[in-house]
Amino acid sequence: MTDAWTLGLRIGRGAALKALGLVVLAVFALILPVIAPDPATTNIAVFTVMYVGLATAWNIMGGYTGYISLGHAAFFGIGAYAFGLLVIHLNITPGYAPFLLVPVAGVLTAVFAVGIGWIALRTRAATFVIVTIAFMFIVQLLAENLVKLTGGGAGLSVPYPHDWGGDFFNTPFYYAMLALAVIALAASWWIRRSKFGLGLLAIRDDEDKALAVGVPTRAFKLTAFVISAALVGMIGAVYGYYVTYLYPQFVVDPLIGISMVLMTFLGGLGTLSGPVIGAVLLERAQLEFAYRFGASRLYLVLFSAVFLVVILILPRGIVPSVADLVRRWRRPAASDATTPAEQRVAS
Amino acid sequence: MSLVLQAAALGILTGGVYALMASGLTLIFGVMRIINVGHGALVVLGAYLSFALFRSFHIDPFVSLVVTMPAMFALGVVLQLAFIRPLKTDREALSVLVTYAIALGIEGVLGYVFTTNYVELRAWYETASFAIFGFHITYVYVFGFLLCLAILGALFLLLYRTTFGGAIRATMLNRTAAQLIGIDVDRVSALAFGVGVATAAAGGVVFGITNAFNPGSHYDLISRLLTIIVLGGLGSLRGAIIAALIMLVTEDITAVLISPVWANFVFFVILVAVLIVRPQGLYGVRVRDRI
Repeated sequence: MTDAWTLGLRIGRGAALKALGLVVLAVFALILPVIAPDPATTNIAVFTVMYVGLATAWNIMGGYTGYISLGHAAFFGIGAYAFGLLVIHLNITPGYAPFLLVPVAGVLTAVFAVGIGWIALRTRAATFVIVTIAFMFIVQLLAENLVKLTGGGAGLSVPYPHDWGGDFFNTPFYYAMLALAVIALAASWWIRRSKFGLGLLAIRDDEDKALAVGVPTRAFKLTAFVISAALVGMIGAVYGYYVTYLYPQFVVDPLIGISMVLMTFLGGLGTLSGPVIGAVLLERAQLEFAYRFGASRLYLVLFSAVFLVVILILPRGIVPSVADLVRRWRRPAASDATTPAEQRVAS
Repeated sequence: MSLVLQAAALGILTGGVYALMASGLTLIFGVMRIINVGHGALVVLGAYLSFALFRSFHIDPFVSLVVTMPAMFALGVVLQLAFIRPLKTDREALSVLVTYAIALGIEGVLGYVFTTNYVELRAWYETASFAIFGFHITYVYVFGFLLCLAILGALFLLLYRTTFGGAIRATMLNRTAAQLIGIDVDRVSALAFGVGVATAAAGGVVFGITNAFNPGSHYDLISRLLTIIVLGGLGSLRGAIIAALIMLVTEDITAVLISPVWANFVFFVILVAVLIVRPQGLYGVRVRDRI
């Protein structure tokens, strides 16, 4: 009885701490542009929140189903170009109105994702990874070659507002990115707790057995792929509006594609908080390296070194490793009794 | 018509280089079940090593292979021991990331040492050409093709006529069974990785002599090589060689008939078309839980 009571108290205390932490984090994220309004800081904040959203969205496919896509930069680019072309051809006045087109860009990206996913998901494991890379280069080549539509290598200029009705600088973009990151997190949270999410995890563990017990694997995989791609596309749309100039090699950038993967791996594949932690840590490091060594290309070497250290030392990511440590510290005797399934649920 | 024939001839000659580079990549996949995303960067590294030897000592690029291939073999073994072997869980996914990191590291170091300006390997046969049936073919393509044939031939001899080759093929077929009959699969894996990287060095010389390159060239290269090995069927040497020839011939013919900007594109379109019909590639086998 005492055991049950202390356990209850512990869970209660743990949940309260978690809730408190979340509230503090949410308040901090909401008031950040107010307490640090200078453009340099908000610029960093925009990119950090952008990567939080990207990694979380990627995790819905890569983390839950175990299908590693290295080509999500394609959807980022499709979203950005769809948004840019809509704003230009619909003659939308720059300002707050274009933000309303972000979901439209998301829907368009989803349409592309259905086609790409339908073909790519005919393959598994290693072949899937390669096919996603190939699709990324197809999109990049299309952006370069369809000069009449995208402007090709000369770039596509997205109209930029000169008056926000106040000295807001990057603030509107920050809140747009934050909203998308929250949507991605909510989707990720909901999927994890749904029957759909359970089906995805079953696919990750053993796809053929999942199919045998009645999980509609093809439909589930494609749905996860499309949700993930649409979220990435919407973030790409806001990014396109933010940078105002779309070049094929910067919008469909393999480095953006690999960054969201690495962030998820760093934080913890298939966990809810992992991608967030990974994105915040890695985006800081990336900016720091680029700022100090950007001119000499050494930043790539440093980035790759961090990359290797993370994977070799923490192959399962920060969140599962820390959760393991905590569990061992709390229940030293029972530590070996935890099954892999339990470890995976830690989030 | 003669333009198309000439394009096809050029496609076969350049296809040889891609066949060589892709066979190293598919060999590594076959033995270890990992995708070496760093293969393109290793090819570029091989090209830069020959470039450095030429610049400092005026060694002919083809002759420099005597030095660079053993060096790259050693590098491959070291990379395998340091970064691939320690991966215990979730190897397939993690190895993609690790080799991607290796690619970025190589790109960064090359950019630091050689800057990001484009360079090209030079030799007397670079611009000299001869005429055959009214086509003009540059010597360098022929020499490159012959070198690739020679190294591919050596690779096949190694795989099909030596005990070590037998061990490699056994490991490719079934890792556990190979272990059971007493093959040291860890050692085989390390050496096979080295062999794959050494072929990248050879491919790098021919690539560098027929193309201008910079440290960032590996993205384009790896996307093509990966497409080739998927088309051929992962882990199939024969498939990789045939796929390389199909791809390059189609690409060069497209460049002539339609436009060079769409040549690259056709490459990927073929891949998509093949995947719809045959997801396992031309020579791949459908393994129950893997591919």
